[in-house]
Amino acid sequence: MRRLREAADAVASAAVRWRGPVVFVAVALLLLVAAPAALSPFRLELLAKYLCFAIAALGIGLAWGKGGMLTLGQGVFFGLGGYAMAMHLKLAEAGPGQLPDFMVWSGVETLPAVWEPFRQPWFALLMVVVLPGVTAFLLGLLVFGRRVRGAYFAILTQALAAAFVIWLVGQQGLTGGTNGLTNFTSFFGLDLADENDQRVLYSVVAVVLGLLYLAFRQVVASRFGRLLVAVRDGEDRVRFLGYDPALVKTVAFTLSAISAGIAGALFVPVVGIISPALLGVVPSLEFVFAVAVGGRYTLAGAVLGAVLLNYGKTTFSEHYANGWLYLQGTLFIAVMAYAPKGVIGVAGQVRDFVAARRGRAAPAVVPPARVEEGAAA
Amino acid sequence: MRKISLGRRTARLAAVSLAVLLAGTGCASDKSTAKTGSAGADTSGDTVKVGVLHSLSGTMAISEVTVKNSVLLAIDEINAKGGVLGKKIQPVVEDGASDWPTFAEKAQKLISNDKVAVTFGGWTSASRKAMLPVFEKNKQLLFYPVQYEGLESSPYIFYTGATTNQQIVPGLDYLKAQGKKKIFLVGSDYVFPRTANKIIKKYAEANGMQIVGEEYTPLGHTEYSTVINKVADAKPDAVFNTLNGDSNVAFFKQLRGTGIKAADMPVLSVSIAEEEVRGIGADYLAGQPVAWNYYQTTEGPRNTEFVAAYKAKYGADKVTSDPMEAGYNSVYLWKAAVEKANSFKPDDVKKACDGVSIDAPEGKVTIDGATQHVYKTARIGVVQPDGLIKEVWASPGPIKPDPYLKEYPWAQGL
Repeated sequence: MRRLREAADAVASAAVRWRGPVVFVAVALLLLVAAPAALSPFRLELLAKYLCFAIAALGIGLAWGKGGMLTLGQGVFFGLGGYAMAMHLKLAEAGPGQLPDFMVWSGVETLPAVWEPFRQPWFALLMVVVLPGVTAFLLGLLVFGRRVRGAYFAILTQALAAAFVIWLVGQQGLTGGTNGLTNFTSFFGLDLADENDQRVLYSVVAVVLGLLYLAFRQVVASRFGRLLVAVRDGEDRVRFLGYDPALVKTVAFTLSAISAGIAGALFVPVVGIISPALLGVVPSLEFVFAVAVGGRYTLAGAVLGAVLLNYGKTTFSEHYANGWLYLQGTLFIAVMAYAPKGVIGVAGQVRDFVAARRGRAAPAVVPPARVEEGAAA
Repeated sequence: MRKISLGRRTARLAAVSLAVLLAGTGCASDKSTAKTGSAGADTSGDTVKVGVLHSLSGTMAISEVTVKNSVLLAIDEINAKGGVLGKKIQPVVEDGASDWPTFAEKAQKLISNDKVAVTFGGWTSASRKAMLPVFEKNKQLLFYPVQYEGLESSPYIFYTGATTNQQIVPGLDYLKAQGKKKIFLVGSDYVFPRTANKIIKKYAEANGMQIVGEEYTPLGHTEYSTVINKVADAKPDAVFNTLNGDSNVAFFKQLRGTGIKAADMPVLSVSIAEEEVRGIGADYLAGQPVAWNYYQTTEGPRNTEFVAAYKAKYGADKVTSDPMEAGYNSVYLWKAAVEKANSFKPDDVKKACDGVSIDAPEGKVTIDGATQHVYKTARIGVVQPDGLIKEVWASPGPIKPDPYLKEYPWAQGL
């Protein structure tokens, strides 16, 4: 009897121990093997787009879910990464000494100096990370150092998104204005019109998402990650303990900006356009909505939310072209009202509900993520 | 419960996932045998699908829904008379949501999933620029129904609205004939106004006119007192207005506040049609000139028919406008080209399109095969107090489209 219980415990603890890796591997297989086999090139391209948003969602999961920083301006960083990539692709396409097409019709005669270094692929790739990273780092030092937080921080990031869009639109000769940058035919040797190359591009996006997920997971599990959660739940206490919360938050915010930048850079070849319409207040809010729908307290929830919300957007708008926005809005309200921990928290909610009905305490084995949720609630 | 160190957990996860990622990419590249030719219209049944892709939500919806309506009207009419090459047209309506990447996504969806024979859609230049690579990549056709800034000629787009030499240049000719020498340019800050103004400046240089000011405001801008003060200070003979959307409401209301009259300083607009007049209020616009190719009041039996049919389908209070008419024409032009080619294949339609002509509400409209634009009659109108537009000048006949203004010596080097 006793031995049986020990064996059961061993199985249970093994299940907990291996659950994460098994789920991760299953999802990886689904994305890298099943999806390319089952989906048409068009659907696969859409999935690649959802995965780009999922990459950006990882950063929001870190900054908002773990760090409590409600960032409503991720569009800015998404845009910086996207434009850095798009500038390189436009120049590669135009060829040496030539101007990108939109400059020709905008009346620009010589290539602006800021564009010149983007001819180099390594420079463009570096800028995909550096531009959003440095912007967020400087902003973070400035804002968190002055102890700006909560709604004030949210409003500030939102204002930044609005200002960024106005600036982009106003600089037509430099940025393509409202049209943005579009009409790309190749991406580092991949022909974007070719179905095989599209599949390769999709795999690149999926692998980048997987690697970033692992990296962010590592950050969350590290001492830094614990400190970040501690800052979220009691910033002043952390300060009294001798840590600098501003620095902790700045680093998390910078990481989230970098993930948004990488997402933007991959979005450009996948979707074929980057324009201010993608970066403003509304798209920035949508990034956050997606994370809220999926469940902001875990990185997996953030990823799931981004994929679900964007998949829903496509599906609803294809089936109900005239009223799909109402449907999406209703769904969002329903999730917020009935599943505040997001879709990924529903299983936990059900378990708690059943446990409550049986009049028992919650199960003894509680995964770490659930503990955090408890702390935040 | 045994405690597991974080390092070991992560190492295990990393090991498993690395193995799978490698295996996964291997598998993925294994099965990359190409399936080509997935794009292509499905015309096997007794219906043929066509895409209708306009913004049904967002800021552009107010304008684009009217074009969608007139496209659907044309499809109904054609179906009632037996369809195209014996097949009924089945429209697939998609929402571009005033968002340029969405236009590209939905265009691809119409081509790949619905296998449409042709797509009618777009309004803003940005949406057209976003869709252009999709149609070129798939070698499928788009009919684009709105006047635009020219300097474009995609092999897979048919432009059924005016290019610059059919709207802006005649507008300038009209101002010149009226003796207006000093012109002030006001526009929204995006590609159409900027390109249009570049052309206007060249024209002015060659025709002894003087540009006394040039102001751009962001799309959706509503504070015009500064701009209007600048206009008043510069004392131009006329204003050339390329503002788009809501901004016009604010601009004309604030302009009237200063007491400047249309008779003394006319404001020639190229983005205000009947639908927009209703939005701004005819009071504010009465007496102002506009440049288009079609008005609801354009004379002719074909237009009487069109206006009556539109009102019968969508309501007696509805108006018809130039982009709506161009959208409506698009469907008929496509039908005529398909029938001439006796094929739905885009390349056959392109080959057959030159010289295809229809009797449209605006008069005779003919496709120019070389540019895939259409011959259109230019018309200058004046807004009436009842909100309709009365034609005051028209070109002697349809003008040949010249998107790059090659035949205008003053436009060299644009």
